[in-house]
Order: sequence, then C-alpha cells, then structure tokens
Amino acid sequence: MIALIAVLGVPIAAAFMLALIAGYRLSARINGLASFLSFAGSLLLLIHRPAPNVLFLVDDLNVVFIVLNSFVGFTTSLFSAGYIGHELESGKLTAGYLRFYHAMFQLMLFGMNLALVAANIGLMWVAVELATLSTVMMVGIYRTHEAIEAAWKYFILGSVGIALALFGTILVYLAAHPVIGEAGAGMRWTTLLAHASRFDPALLDTAFVFLLIGYGTKIGLVPMHAWLPDAHAEGPTPISAVLSGLLLNVALYALLRFKILLAACPGAIAPGPLMIALGLVSTLLAALMLYRRRDIKRLFAYSSIEQMGIIVFSFGVAGPLGNLAGLLQMTMHSLTKSAIFFSVGHVAQVKGTQRIAEMGGLTESHPLLGWTLVAGVIAIAGLPPFGVFTSEFLVVSSSFSRAPLLTAFLVLGLLLSFGALLRHLGGIAFGPVRGETAPARAASAPIFAHLALVLTAGLWLPPPLVAWFRHAASLLG
Amino acid sequence: MMGAVAIEALQMAFVLLAAPGLVGIVRAVEARFLRREGPPLIQPYRQLARLLGKEVVLAHNASWLFRTAPYLILALTWVAASVVPTFSTHIVFARLGDLIVITALLGAARFVLALAGLDIGTSFGGIGASREVMFASLAEPAMLMIVVTLAITAGSTQLSSIAAFMLSPVLGLRISLALALVALVIVALAENGRIPVDNPATHLELTMVHEAMVLEYSGRHLAMIELAAALKLLLMISLIVCIFFPFGLGGTGAAGFLLGLASYAAKLGIAAVLLGIFEVSLAKMRVFRVPELLGAGLMLGLLATLLLYVSRSL
Amino acid sequence: MGLGFDIAHMLAGLMVLASLLLLYQDRLTALINVLRLHGFILALAVAWQAHIQSAPELFVSAAIALLVKALVIPGALDRIVERLGIHRNVETVGGIGLTMFAGMALVALSLRVMLPVTAAADPVSRQDIALALSVVLIGLLIMVTRRNALGQVAGFLSLENGIDLAAAGARGMPLVVELSVAFSVLIAFIVIGIFLFRIRERFDTIDLAALESFRGERR
Repeated sequence: MIALIAVLGVPIAAAFMLALIAGYRLSARINGLASFLSFAGSLLLLIHRPAPNVLFLVDDLNVVFIVLNSFVGFTTSLFSAGYIGHELESGKLTAGYLRFYHAMFQLMLFGMNLALVAANIGLMWVAVELATLSTVMMVGIYRTHEAIEAAWKYFILGSVGIALALFGTILVYLAAHPVIGEAGAGMRWTTLLAHASRFDPALLDTAFVFLLIGYGTKIGLVPMHAWLPDAHAEGPTPISAVLSGLLLNVALYALLRFKILLAACPGAIAPGPLMIALGLVSTLLAALMLYRRRDIKRLFAYSSIEQMGIIVFSFGVAGPLGNLAGLLQMTMHSLTKSAIFFSVGHVAQVKGTQRIAEMGGLTESHPLLGWTLVAGVIAIAGLPPFGVFTSEFLVVSSSFSRAPLLTAFLVLGLLLSFGALLRHLGGIAFGPVRGETAPARAASAPIFAHLALVLTAGLWLPPPLVAWFRHAASLLG
Repeated sequence: MMGAVAIEALQMAFVLLAAPGLVGIVRAVEARFLRREGPPLIQPYRQLARLLGKEVVLAHNASWLFRTAPYLILALTWVAASVVPTFSTHIVFARLGDLIVITALLGAARFVLALAGLDIGTSFGGIGASREVMFASLAEPAMLMIVVTLAITAGSTQLSSIAAFMLSPVLGLRISLALALVALVIVALAENGRIPVDNPATHLELTMVHEAMVLEYSGRHLAMIELAAALKLLLMISLIVCIFFPFGLGGTGAAGFLLGLASYAAKLGIAAVLLGIFEVSLAKMRVFRVPELLGAGLMLGLLATLLLYVSRSL
Repeated sequence: MGLGFDIAHMLAGLMVLASLLLLYQDRLTALINVLRLHGFILALAVAWQAHIQSAPELFVSAAIALLVKALVIPGALDRIVERLGIHRNVETVGGIGLTMFAGMALVALSLRVMLPVTAAADPVSRQDIALALSVVLIGLLIMVTRRNALGQVAGFLSLENGIDLAAAGARGMPLVVELSVAFSVLIAFIVIGIFLFRIRERFDTIDLAALESFRGERR
C-alpha cells in the first residue's frame, strides 16, 4: 500500500507543489527527489505486491515496467536538472516556463504509473490520455515555428488515436456486458480475463482493430507514426527521452493487455498477423528513413519507430520465446534509447545545433560525450555485447522457426538500420571536428547507469529477472 | 364500384377547379404580408379565361411538338393529380396512385416541357430547359430516396397503403420520416419552381427557369400550361398531405367522405398560407447554389434511408 | 421498447445529422453554432439514455455534456475567434459535394460494420453504437478536410461527442469513466485554446498550410 502511494501519490503531489515553486534550482531538486521516491516505491512493489483491488493491479506483467518506468523517470529527472539549467542560461527557456515544465513532468510520470497499475480498462485509458496531454504541452515549450507545428500535430494525431482507443474500450465493455453483467466489474482486467472465453468474438475482433489503431498511434506504428519524429526533434531532450523510453512502452503495454484478452477468446481472430504486418512495415520504413536524416534527434526518433516495429513484430509472432524476446527488447530499448537521448541532448547543447552536418569529430572534441554516444549507438544498432543484441537475436530466432520469410524481411530491416546508424555515427563521432568545441558540463551519471545496465544484461541476465519475464511471457499467450 | 367512379370523377373535377384557386390564395397571402392589397382570390380564374379567349401566335419554325406540348403537359399532370388520394382512398384508380407512377408522370411532363422550350430555338428557351433539367437531375434522385424510405417503412409504394400505415398506431416516432418530409418539401419547392429555387412571379431573364421555357406560348396554349403548373402545385401539396398528414383520410360512408373532403380543403388552405409566408420570408437563391439545396435534399433522403437500417423495423 | 427506442433512435439520428451539418459549414461562427447544437443534442440523448436505462448517474453525465460541450466550450471558442481576430472563412480540402458524399459513405460504412458485429447486443445499445461510430468517423472526416486549426478542433470535439454517445449507449458503463472522459475533453480543450493562441502568435494565421511548411526537414 505504501508502495502504491509512493508510486502514484508522490508524483501527483509533486506536480502540484512544483506548479507553485518559482525557483529553478529548488524545483529541479524536488523533481529529482520525487522521482527518486517513486522509484523507491516501485522497488518496494517488487518485494511486496498489494492484493488486486477494484482500482489497482500489480502482477508479473506490469511490475517490471513499473520499476523500469520509475527508474528511467528518475534518471531523466537527474539529466533534466542539468540540461534545463543550461537551456535557461542560453536563453532558450525562461524561468516562468520551468514551473510549468516540472509540474508537467511529474504529472506525466503520474499518468504513466497510473496506466501501468490500473486494474480497470477505463482508468488505464484515462491515465494514458493524461500522460499524452502533459507531454503535448511540453513538446511545444520552445515556441518556435517548428515546435508549435510538432506539438499541434502530436496533439491532433494523439487525440484521434486515443479517441479510437476509447471506442475500442467501449466495444470491449459491450462484448463483456452480456456475460458479466454487473457495472463496475465489467471493466476490470481480472474479471474480463476470467470470462473472456464467452465474449462475442466478432465484437471483440472489431474492438481489437480499434485498439490496435488507437494505441498503435501512440506506439508510433506506421502509418500512424507521423507525429513521432517531429515531437522528438522539437521538444526538449528530456521529453524526447521520456517519450521514446517510456510513453511508447506504456502504450504497448496497454495493447498487450488487450492482446491477452483476445487470446483468451477462442473464436476471435488471431491478433498475430495484424501485429506482425504493422511491425514489419514500421521496421522497414523506419530503417529506410534513417538514411537521409539531417537532424540528430529525428534520426533517433526513427530508430525508436523501428525498434517498436521489431517489438510489435515479436509479440505478433508470440509463443513463449517470442513474447520473452519482446519483453526483453522493450526493456533494453527503453534504457538504451533514453541513454542515447541523454548524450544527444548534451551534444546538441554543446554544439549549439541539432543538424548532423554541423557536428563532427565528437570523440576528439568531447571524448566523454563522444564515446558514450558511440557506445549507445552501438548498443541500439544491435551489436554484442550489449543487451539489445541478445533480445534481437531472440526475436529473430523465435520468429524464424514460425515464419522464416517474414523473419528474412525483419533481418533486412535490422541490417538497413544498422548500416544507417553506423554511417551517421561515423560522421558525428569520428572524422574532422566540426562545430563548437567549448567544454561540456554533462551529467554523465545517468548515461553510464543505463549503459551499464544494458551491458550487464547483455552479458548476464539475473535469473529472477528471467523468471519474471518468462512468467509474463506465458501470460501473454 | 359506382361510388368509386363517382368519387374519382369528383376528384378530377375538384383538382382541376381548385388549382387556380390555390395559386390565388398563395398570391393573396404574399401580397398581404408585403403590405399590398394584392389581386382578388379569383384573379387566376380570370386570367385563364382571358387567355382562352386570345389568339394563339406561333413562331414560323414551331413544330408539331410545340403545338401539342401544352395538351400533353396538362393531361399528364391532371392524371397524376387525379390518382393521389386526396379526400378518400376509395378512388377507382387507387392502384395507379403509386409513388413511382407519379414520379414518372411528372418526369414525362417535365421532359415534354423542356423539349417545347428548346423547340423554337431562342436562347431563353435553351437556358430555361437546361436549368430545369439540371435541377431535375438532382431532384429526381432525392425523390427516389424519399420513395425508398417510405417504401421500406410502410412496406409498399402505393399511396393508399402508405396513408393507411401512417394512420395506424404501429407507427411510433420515426426520425427517418421527419427527414423524408424535409427532403420532400425541398423537392416540391424545386419541382414547382417556388422561391428559393425559382421566382414564379418574375420574368427577369436571369432568374427564369419555368417562365423561360414557356416564354413563346400564348393564348389557349399558355392557359393550359399555367393550369398545369397550378395543378402541379396542388399535386405536390396533396402528396405531402396524403403521406405525412393523412388525418381524416380513409373514412367510409357519407360522414367519412364529408370529413375527408373538409379536412382536405382545410389542409390545402393551410398549406397555401404556409407557402405564401415561406416565400415571403426567403430570398431566391442564385442558380448555381440551387444544386447545393437539392444536394442537401438528396443527402437527407439518403440519411433517412440509412437510419432506417438501425430503426426497429429492420 | 417502442417509444423509448424510437426517441433514442431519433436523438442519435439527429446527432448524425448535426455532424453532417458540421461537415457542410464553411464559416466559423456557423461552425461554432452547429457545435453548440451538437453538444445540446448529445446532452438530450444521454439524458434519455439515463431515463430508459434507469441509471440516474447518467443524468450527471448529461448535465456535464450540456454545460461543457454545449455552453462552455463553444462560448470559449467564440471568444477565441474574437480575440484571434482571424478571417472568418474555413477553407476546405475537396469540394463540398464530394465531402458530403464521403460523409454519407462513412455513415453507411459504420452501419455495415457495426450492425452485424453487435447482433447479440441490446437493440438500443446497438443502434447507439452504430450511429456513434458514424459520428466519430464524420468527425475524423471533418478534421481531415479542414485546413483551419479551428475547423480541426471542431472535428475533434464532434468526435469526442460521438464517443460520449457510445459510452452512454453501452448499458451500465460505470460513471467514473464517463466523468473522466468529460474531464479529459475539458483539459484537451484548454490545451487547444493555448495552442491556438501560440499558433496565431507565431504564424499570424491559423491556416494550417502555413504550419505545413515547417513540417519535417523541409529546409
């Protein structure tokens, strides 16, 4: 119970507090403290899970994500403290915005945590909507032409997606109602899952299509991905880290819950082929788009789309190994992508630009930043010994046994993105030095922490973690 | 049987005689609302009488079509007006009183009129004919959608069955019928060339549709065409009244018959007054905007049909 | 069943009609007025659902719909339009005839999709869901065919109204969901309001063609 209060109550209380505090240093510290407290709370949840009640549910599927969420939230708040301080000094942001920024940050963490622990599909929807709305405001915070366009597009596409997801939720309720009957229970996971085999298959199918399109928009699946690159590129970097690392995961988690429901109903269509198709298209398209990017944040935004495509593909293939691979990939991608965005944020601040053509020779001018970026990109490109390699290998091997031809396409996508990322990395990190060479004041602890975790996961996965993932994978069916 | 024939004859005579009177009432109401004295109610009758006495002047290149068109138009419209159940459903041609038949008769009359307008070869006739046909190309589909809606709801396209269905308690409250009513009113306005589609009182070249087609007619031909136009107005009003407000219809015996007659006369009067008020409150639309209005009518008809699929009859 | 069903059907049908009317508008003040009408009909529909389902908590939902969607939001939009001082026309993409036809096609499509799927459900819910989906799809069409940010907002609000109708039609849907949906619409609207001012301030117009030129990596 205390754990839940920490995970949920602290962010919302902090949001209110931060809306009132004007001083930047104080609010950055409170931000960090609040994030730490929720992280601690999530660790407590690992040890002692509260019994599921009508509002909250903590089971094997979401407990890892809650911990991951809180952890990345915490490290991002540390990163954001230094980053935003620099933005203040360079004049890109004024002090007035910072109250707003910090309050929205905590509100967004609250929304995401609530979505993860919600036991009720309606509550989950509300929480995802809340998280989306808070990020929309933050994407537009710089008020340039591009930022406003990006935020508007994100808002419109996100809202349409979320509205379609709500429609799907209502349809699920309609399917459940004749079987379950009573009002509140008709929206609880546990009740829904228990009776899922008796739901009307056709209605459930239609519901899933809406949910796939709706939540798929928030995951960034092609063709609903149009908001993602701009939102990542134009918002402040901590927001890009959170969007890529966390919000995409939360949306995917929501979709997975419904996938479990669909799997429990025998007459319903297999969600696999739909997810495989969307995942594959996303991977291939994003991999191709990586080649011609000129903006560094946009580059990694497309990389996120590609990674999400791989993950959705893997869940589409399903089976114990496929699901395990997907879950592992989600975790690794979260950690790696946020680490990359941390370093990219510092790089952009140091070089004063986001254009790749204007950066070069980073390992010479700023060795620490350069080499951590190199490590991050190698990790996300899927090279050993990092954890992403392990999970991608698992994805490929599990799907190869079931759908060899499609796996071939997936591997093609992986190779394409590999090439593009390394090519861009070569230009940015090595070669002649371009752009500013002033020293950077980077908070490298978060980056190191994430990369260390990914590296460790690549070398040795702790058995309890594997057991959890296995159990969650078996839940996914 | 004899009773049915007698009622039919009575109806045919009634519609023919009442049509100019209807036009007279509309004009009188409009005049009063415009704070004018206006012509007396029997002015249309006087006008017809005057025209019948005048000589027919034909253009040199007028063909046989030009000379026979007025007779055809009057005949077609009179037949259509005679088969709509007005004050009784026991007319001998009840089976002919079918929505599709009426649409076809009116369409044929319009066709003949358009050809007559083109016959002489003047530009006004051409303009009038082309505009008339353009409006018809949208009004006809709208009319058909209304027919479909009514047919699905009542289970038949025969007007007497539809009227009987509308009077029955099975009906309930249906939005499709409300939409169909609005669509039918729009179609009726277009068919009769009333404001906002066309101005029946003007002879300005830019605004004419019906008047342009009959510009060349004179004497008894013009009288017949004017009478046909008045009959068409009566027909459309009777149609709306029969389908949507069939109160007092279908009574049997002398008392029922008299009630039907009285209610029909009352409904005609009310409709004429409402039409007059309506025409006075609106301005005529520009010609290229009329397809939008008719398109709206078509959409309403289409929506009415679609909504039937979620209503309780299906 | 009879009269209860008929009135529910009538109100849902009127909402579809109002959506089509919204699709047709090309002037901002008319657009906002039709939005008021849309919200008002929604409030009536939800209130009627509350009556026939004997679910008094839905009356609260209806009151919120009336207050927020028929009064507050259109009123705020009116003031935004005034303060933005923008040109009152809304350009559309594609001709009006084609758009209306597409709207009707969407209505037919949603009926075609939802009716067979909900065959086992209660008739009132069934027709509510089918017509609500049409309202949602027409809302999407409005968003797609409008080049003015306010037009897109109108489409978005009508889309949310459609979903509200669906939620009300689903018998026994817990009130907390509907309340939170209403709340999130309000918050979303506040976000919209802020954005419109920022767009205006930055671009001197709310024509989205101006925003388009800053899309992606055009420079």
